[in-house]
Amino acid sequence: MSILQYNGGCVVAMTGKNCVAIATDLRFGTQFSLIQKQFERVFQVGPKLFVGLPGLTTDTQTVLQRLKFRIKMYEMREGRRVQPKVLMAMIQNLLYERRFGPYFVSPIIAGLDENDKPYICCFDLIGCSTDPEDFVTAGTCEESLYGLCETLWRKDLEPDDLFEVISQSLLNAVDRDAISGMGAVVHIIGLWSDSYIAIFNFCVGIL
Amino acid sequence: MEIIHEHQPGFQFDNFTRNEKLISQGIKMPKFHSTGTTIAGIVYKDGVVLGADTRATSDNIVADKNCSKIHYMQPNMYCCGAGTAADLELTTQMMSSQLELHRLHTGRQVPVVAANRLLKQYLFGYQGYVGAALVLGGVDKYGSHIYSIHPHGSSERLPYTTMGSGSLAAMSLEEAKILVRDAIAAGITNDMGSGSNVDLCVITKDGATYIRPYEVTESKGERQGKYEYQRGTTEVLKVYYKPIEIVSETVTPTSPPTDEESMDTA
Amino acid sequence: MALSLEHTEEYMRDPRKHQFSPYADNGGTSIAIAGDDFVMLASDTRLSQGYNVLSRNHSKCFKLTSQTLLSSTGCLADVLTLTKILEARLTNYAHEHLETMSTTAIAQLLSTLLYWRRFFPYYVSNILVGFDEDGKGVVYHYDPVGHMEKMTYCASGASVTLIQPLLDNLVGGKNMKDGRTTPITQDFAKRLIHDGFVSAAEREIATGDGCTIYTITKDDVTEETFKLRKD
Repeated sequence: MSILQYNGGCVVAMTGKNCVAIATDLRFGTQFSLIQKQFERVFQVGPKLFVGLPGLTTDTQTVLQRLKFRIKMYEMREGRRVQPKVLMAMIQNLLYERRFGPYFVSPIIAGLDENDKPYICCFDLIGCSTDPEDFVTAGTCEESLYGLCETLWRKDLEPDDLFEVISQSLLNAVDRDAISGMGAVVHIIGLWSDSYIAIFNFCVGIL
Repeated sequence: MEIIHEHQPGFQFDNFTRNEKLISQGIKMPKFHSTGTTIAGIVYKDGVVLGADTRATSDNIVADKNCSKIHYMQPNMYCCGAGTAADLELTTQMMSSQLELHRLHTGRQVPVVAANRLLKQYLFGYQGYVGAALVLGGVDKYGSHIYSIHPHGSSERLPYTTMGSGSLAAMSLEEAKILVRDAIAAGITNDMGSGSNVDLCVITKDGATYIRPYEVTESKGERQGKYEYQRGTTEVLKVYYKPIEIVSETVTPTSPPTDEESMDTA
Repeated sequence: MALSLEHTEEYMRDPRKHQFSPYADNGGTSIAIAGDDFVMLASDTRLSQGYNVLSRNHSKCFKLTSQTLLSSTGCLADVLTLTKILEARLTNYAHEHLETMSTTAIAQLLSTLLYWRRFFPYYVSNILVGFDEDGKGVVYHYDPVGHMEKMTYCASGASVTLIQPLLDNLVGGKNMKDGRTTPITQDFAKRLIHDGFVSAAEREIATGDGCTIYTITKDDVTEETFKLRKD
């Protein structure tokens, strides 16, 4: 068992039409024993920006602290908010700095950029970034998530449909993974009607 | 103290002891993303052609279907990479900025040999632990060059470029592109670690053209079923939402103060 | 007096370990879906070892009787041996009893054959499909040492982790508020198998090249093939 599988948990992010979604399960355990079932590993780091940090929980929390520090420093120095692509470079540098003693996390970014265009991105544990147009997955049931997303995702999903696709993908994937599950939280950031951008947070599955 | 710590240059080894201890306890290190990769580079009549596939894998799973493996170094120089994906991405980024600084410092185009030297010395310093195998190609005032650089820091300028003759050197651009394409396509179909598209980069003395993708060898099959969930399929236990307040951030350019104004303040 | 290493006799040194690795992983993925009056079995046609493709046209499905099909993935050598033995046993049975073996009987026989090798198992994942005593489509799924489970749908092999949750959702109706209300049709099953393989070929490097789908009904067995990506 790899150390990335020690605490369990997974994160998935998808793009839609003028919206983006990121979802995570809520299990936190040590190998096969459950410790907590309300554990979120997706964090809001900007008004329209989320980061998911599945992996070894001690590193999830350390990386989050370091990341928050860097984001605050950036925002103070530059006098502007962190955009998704800036966060991408930031995480890449943070992880690659520890190329020879990595943090055991595989982060995922989901957010809207300065033009409200959806942006998603995922990394391996030493900062190799991938920013595709459809979806990204990470965590212990990443393979199952890939299988589901490849079949269920389609272009230009409206926020309500994006919610169904990402929820069904995640819930069915975690059901085939012993160390993920215990319900899920889905965050959708998007233009819900033409007038306002909002973040919706849904709790789904067994809590 | 934290500020100082966050700004230490170079690699950090603060997790190293912990990770080694975990390994000694029998815990497996996770796999890094790697590029199973087919890359190629040849010299032709007026320059060089570089080629690469676009698949990145993590074990048996395709982590990136369309990754870019021909990295920018300088306007006259690109570099194909195979090995650990993060090493390639970051090493070429770092080297590219070093070369740019070098260009600004010397005030002339950086020759390909310089890039080769910089890369091999960097890789040698890490004794093969930075897992980057590179094909560096470029055109400078000395001609067209292809170097292959190994992870441990050895490199060679390939024989046919040194000789500057033979069938390869006499090729036209179209022939050269097709040859590289065929080489990459062979890798894509026959090696499971390589896949997706063929990227090419053509460099001549007039500059570089990055063709991405040059060819999509395989595409995803058409989905036959429709899997559209009715809204409300997923049971929602709790919803809360927050609208985002959009505070407009406008930047107004200010005109330089006129003499009178500066007089006033003074 | 300490023994110096140079003068240590061979038999006095630490025991040397030798490792024998009898298994190969030749990839391959299968999907089976059963309906009320039909059952479908499909497998991809790539045979691989490491990063090499050994064959692009190698189906993992075996027709055992006119009503029973088996799909076997894993180590090819074991697959061939197991199916050879199984087929011999079926022939014997047919000669002795003057009738072909029923799906349920074959299912039990396969489990027994696998368990016989409990401590040096065949490295294969099997799916057996056919009809049960009531004439309904049935799928049996096995682990390498003979644990058998009767189900209505399942996946096995290299891409099982990618496809199984998909089937849970779309065939089993899992995690949907009302679940699945309509029975599975042949058309739906075929499309789903196709799309499952397309998705698996996209993300799993050992799955690809092509796919063969067998549809078994009371009357006959039909075979269909389609292409998958070859990279």
